[in-house]
Amino acid sequence: MGSLNIESVKKSFGPVDVLKGIDLDVSDGEFVVFVGPSGCGKSTLLRVIAGLEDSTSGRIVINGEDVSSTPPAKRGIAMVFQTYALYPHLTVKNNMGLGLKQAGTPAAEIDKRIGIASAMLSLEPYLNRRPAELSGGQRQRVAIGRAVVREPKLFLFDEPLSNLDAGLRVNTRLEIAQLHRRLKATMIYVTHDQVEAMTLADKIVVLNAGRIEQVGAPMELYNSPANEFVASFIGSPKMNLIEGARLGESAKTIGVRPEHLTVDPRKGAWKGTVIHTEHLGADTNIYLDCEKAGLLTVRVFGVYDAEPGSTLFATPDPARIYRFGEDGRALT
Amino acid sequence: MSKATVSLPRSAAAHAVLLAYTVIALFPVFIIVINSFKSRNAIFRTPMAPPTTETFDLVGYRTVLAQGDFLQYFQNSFIVTVASLFFVLLFGAMAAFALSEYRFRGNKLMGLYLALGIMIPIRLATVAILQLMVASGLVNTLTALILVYTAQGLPLAVFILTEFMSGVSDDLKNAGRIDGLSEYTIFFRLVLPLVRPAMATVAVFTMIPIWNDLWFPLILAPSEGTKTVTLGAQMFIGQYVTNWNAVLAALSLAILPVLILYLVFSRQLIRGITSGAVK
Repeated sequence: MGSLNIESVKKSFGPVDVLKGIDLDVSDGEFVVFVGPSGCGKSTLLRVIAGLEDSTSGRIVINGEDVSSTPPAKRGIAMVFQTYALYPHLTVKNNMGLGLKQAGTPAAEIDKRIGIASAMLSLEPYLNRRPAELSGGQRQRVAIGRAVVREPKLFLFDEPLSNLDAGLRVNTRLEIAQLHRRLKATMIYVTHDQVEAMTLADKIVVLNAGRIEQVGAPMELYNSPANEFVASFIGSPKMNLIEGARLGESAKTIGVRPEHLTVDPRKGAWKGTVIHTEHLGADTNIYLDCEKAGLLTVRVFGVYDAEPGSTLFATPDPARIYRFGEDGRALT
Repeated sequence: MSKATVSLPRSAAAHAVLLAYTVIALFPVFIIVINSFKSRNAIFRTPMAPPTTETFDLVGYRTVLAQGDFLQYFQNSFIVTVASLFFVLLFGAMAAFALSEYRFRGNKLMGLYLALGIMIPIRLATVAILQLMVASGLVNTLTALILVYTAQGLPLAVFILTEFMSGVSDDLKNAGRIDGLSEYTIFFRLVLPLVRPAMATVAVFTMIPIWNDLWFPLILAPSEGTKTVTLGAQMFIGQYVTNWNAVLAALSLAILPVLILYLVFSRQLIRGITSGAVK
């Protein structure tokens, strides 16, 4: 099992600074998710941890040991890639065993570990097939199995679900969560999907433009975002951000989540016109153009019929209003 | 093809063009082959006619096979072609891997430098090459030819393979690195099998000019022991008398090995085990 310390890691590609000083501590057994928009540096950070990229400066410490100049195979990590990255010429069994074989593990031990991992991921019927004969979900399970057999100090996942279709994505997500519970291993998971982040993580790291915006438990980020970026990135549909001046507030920006607004056809705080409604079954998203607050998204639970063009009043839950200052930071 | 995208006149026109091209391309070869089976008189009297029972004559083939060392010439051609091909593919693929995989200063410039040979014909340097070979004592050896042909084939190989190699999934190479594979193992075991179709393309493009070349064997290795087939066939062409039967028979025979090599590689062109590696 392993802990991970990232100490002021910077990474530049030529003149472009991709990581601008990252400090992060991950303790043993934690499931940490790096989340952020494309190009925020989350994948690069993962590759620096794996040793596939050298950091420009800073240290990577795994289990108390500085691995900044250790090759990937010797860092005690295993990685699962977005594109599965299975060896096309090897069977499932050999795909899983190659890393151990390369490290000189005795054959009996390799077989034992493959047995355990394939049972865990229900891959036993496929052990002698090649990757080309497997479906996408099975391939990703093999890739996960290949990571499991190494018994690494640190699991690294690089957007492992992005290539799977929606149904499989939910299943595989569940499997990864169960795997974490069973192995009690430290896992680092990169995704741009905030649903994956919220459902899997013990701790979410929100990255933006090469910097950490906030680190915290999923609910912590949802309930008390440190700044405007985190507030609008976590939560779906996105938080409504309204200029403070329009509402006569002193704060630069006021934020209200769509689910913390209620609508009423007769009375309320902000009068608006319905532009569009999206019926999702369990809930309804209403897009309102308000005179005072501008364009708002309102999430109403259950079915709500609102004709485009009709008038509705939206009222925010006063306890759930977020205020942000000039610099985007949350005001308390 | 679906009915919606193909109309009869259009596909007929396309086939007519393709057929016309095929006929034009194959006609000289066809003429060589049919005339190689005819008697000398028939070759001159009715060059276009296929051999009949009267004109059929294997004298050309008899001359070629009787003329001492033709087997030796074939062997020389074969050794030179296969060895050059091996080195072109090996070094070309290695250079291409380095250019596509590693970030280093001057990467682009190096790629351009290596591709320069596509535009500059190697024959321009014949005199210098000859001096070099004389100085290093390699004249009249097959090694000289192999070295020159390797140099001649590399630019195109590097150019084509670099493009293909950069298309190989980074994740796959990184997975290998995490599993502790060396860069050589990654290159030989993971990347090369995935670019096999490209290697076959390069092999075909490299092989044919080498097999057909007359220039360098004539200049660098004209001795009896190192003659190639194309050079060997020249001995039947005299200043005053040309033994056409023998020339045509030698050329017809020379087609066969290269045809076989082509078939071997073109099968590789079609096969490919890339599917399933990455989505």
